[in-house]
Amino acid sequence: MAAQVQALPAPAHGEQRGIDTALVGMLLFIASEIMFFAGLFGAYFNIRAEHTVWPPQGFELDLGLAAVLTVILVSSSFTMQYAVSRIRKGDRTGMVRAMTVTVILGVVFLLGQAYDYATLGFGISSGVYGTLFFTMTGFHGAHVLGGVIGMSIVLLRGLSGQFSARHHTAVEAVSLYWHFVDVVWIGLFSTLYLLR
Amino acid sequence: MATTVLAPGATRIYQRSALYEWLTTTDHKKIGILYLTNSFLFFLLAGLLALVIRSELAVPGLQFVNSSTYNQLFTMHGTTMIFLVLMPFLAGLGNYAVPLQIGAADMAFPRINALSFWMLPLGGILMFSGFFFGGAAAEGWTSYSPLAQAKYSGSGTDLWIVALLLIGTSSILGSINFLATIFKLRAPGMTLLRMPIFVWTVMVTSLLILLATPVFTSGVFMLYIDRNFGGAFFDPASGGNPILWQNLFWFFGHPEVYILILPAMGVISEVVPVFSRKPIFGYKAFIFATLLIGGLGFSVWAHHMFTTGAVYLPFFSLMTSLIGVPTGIKFFNWIATMWRGKITFATPMLFALGFLTTFLVGGLDGAILASPPVDYALHDTYWIVAHIHFVFFGGTMFGVFAAAYYWFPKMFGARLDEGLGKVHFVLMLIGTWLTFFPMHLLGLEGMPRRIADYSPAAGWTDLNTIATIGSFVIAISVLPFMWNVFVTLRGPRDAGDDPWDAYTLEWATTSPPPPYNFDHLPPIRSERPLFDLKYGHGARRALPAASLATADEGAH
Repeated sequence: MAAQVQALPAPAHGEQRGIDTALVGMLLFIASEIMFFAGLFGAYFNIRAEHTVWPPQGFELDLGLAAVLTVILVSSSFTMQYAVSRIRKGDRTGMVRAMTVTVILGVVFLLGQAYDYATLGFGISSGVYGTLFFTMTGFHGAHVLGGVIGMSIVLLRGLSGQFSARHHTAVEAVSLYWHFVDVVWIGLFSTLYLLR
Repeated sequence: MATTVLAPGATRIYQRSALYEWLTTTDHKKIGILYLTNSFLFFLLAGLLALVIRSELAVPGLQFVNSSTYNQLFTMHGTTMIFLVLMPFLAGLGNYAVPLQIGAADMAFPRINALSFWMLPLGGILMFSGFFFGGAAAEGWTSYSPLAQAKYSGSGTDLWIVALLLIGTSSILGSINFLATIFKLRAPGMTLLRMPIFVWTVMVTSLLILLATPVFTSGVFMLYIDRNFGGAFFDPASGGNPILWQNLFWFFGHPEVYILILPAMGVISEVVPVFSRKPIFGYKAFIFATLLIGGLGFSVWAHHMFTTGAVYLPFFSLMTSLIGVPTGIKFFNWIATMWRGKITFATPMLFALGFLTTFLVGGLDGAILASPPVDYALHDTYWIVAHIHFVFFGGTMFGVFAAAYYWFPKMFGARLDEGLGKVHFVLMLIGTWLTFFPMHLLGLEGMPRRIADYSPAAGWTDLNTIATIGSFVIAISVLPFMWNVFVTLRGPRDAGDDPWDAYTLEWATTSPPPPYNFDHLPPIRSERPLFDLKYGHGARRALPAASLATADEGAH
């Protein structure tokens, strides 16, 4: 019976067809992250629906600062995509420059958020609105921090010359993640600041 | 037969101690076995908790533990069984079998795979350490507020939360790994509609984990914030809403029950065709039913909350009734597969048949509860306890043991003893019915769940005593299994590559397989590539077992 076996070679590990396996992993991870934030947004709207006055008395947000931070974060998505397009063309220097700008924008966003937290007139324990506000923006901030760390690693790897036009999965993966973090912020800004 | 000949020394590049090897492995087969071993240890632990619970309930009065300890016992028993036993058992089986069944060399992300595993013992130890820090979590595995708030529960609940964050992350990473593996690493010719049903069920389960578990994670974080940072999510006094927790919990909790049953159904769908010598009846219908369960699973969560008065009863009642339909389709698949088949009653098949009978009862128990008036009457009674145990113990655990007996020869190269296996099966089946069937009657008589004691005048004593006797029968049934594993592992490893004359790719390589799984693969033209190889593509039935033995000898 052994003669009947057509010697079909076992696929080598990491053999690639179509979209890169690591990117599939990142997209699936982002799907789970979307559901995580869906839980937070679900909680927000569930609690909001129970209140006639929203936000409750005494909770003032800094719309101006948030708008500036929104512009910063949205711009960083563009610089990130520019970094990706540079490395796709094999321009490592261009990628490193654009990625550096993106990291800086991310850090500025985090500093702005820290300033916002320090100057707001309420905290996480001052009623359900405070709890919601700090939990949602806090988890988003943690994701921005994660993105900044991820981008810094990609940046260091870029500086040491690990990426090329053919091999730059990590750059693509971190860009997908960063765009996701950006989109979540747009959702948060709209929900917390614009819809009220 | 597709004998994989190993080059000398190919199995190990350089010598390391076996312990170091197991602690640092990224091989999906070893990680699978680690998962199974870890789950079995927690199974014994959770079983001991259950024995204390049942002993306490055997007769009225508080004999062994006080009510506070009792609360910790049933909470830890439930949480452990669901998160540290059943889920990891299935993840372990998937880890072992999925790459082999689709002809891959390993999982897509081997190191993340190891990370997913090692979070589990860490989470388990954290959760159990609550017993030494002022008492473990004691709010039930559903951990409803306000009971779960800092005012009413100690640091055991915080440890419970941290443990579940770890275990949840482990499941999410595991599901990403399974999906990437199934999407990207299938062997040439292994199209989606040629994948073994077990792989399909793991895929749908992984999708459920991927989309449901993060919502639970968010809810658990909220609980942590409420308890430790003065949050108000579930505190109505500060504008929060305790029902919100129930929504978040059950949005995960209901898909979770399908997460826990689908791979077990997959195991049954591997075992029943092989031991009936027929292909699975209605392969595509089965897959359709699996997808349907996955989809509908997200629209029924609020049937756990009928009595809150805060959910729209007609919608959730209708969807809950609908979700019984695909399960019915599957029963039709299994029965039609066995119909006029040449059935052999080997131990894996016995456990599969045990699954079919016990799970059927468990499923019907649940279908009845889809009706809100019935649910109002039976909510929080022992009926619910009967339902969940018939489904999870009579269903999932029987599936796990069917898989253990079925894949053991592949994992270790030796078949478990059939005689001991049959003793295990008979005792476990009797124990299961003896323990959990009386709980239906107790539920109908109105005995509430989660109570440490009951009045002798209530008339519940006899049924409780029977259930307690049954629980010890289950405990005893595990002993022949452990002895079986011990004896078999010390015996000769002579099972051969394909002891069951099976259909799928994992049996096309050696037992145990080499680290890279396959030297070469049979051509894949159907969902039964190994069957095609042995009997020719297009053959409907296998030869009877007797003529097979000779065919097998000719191959070696």
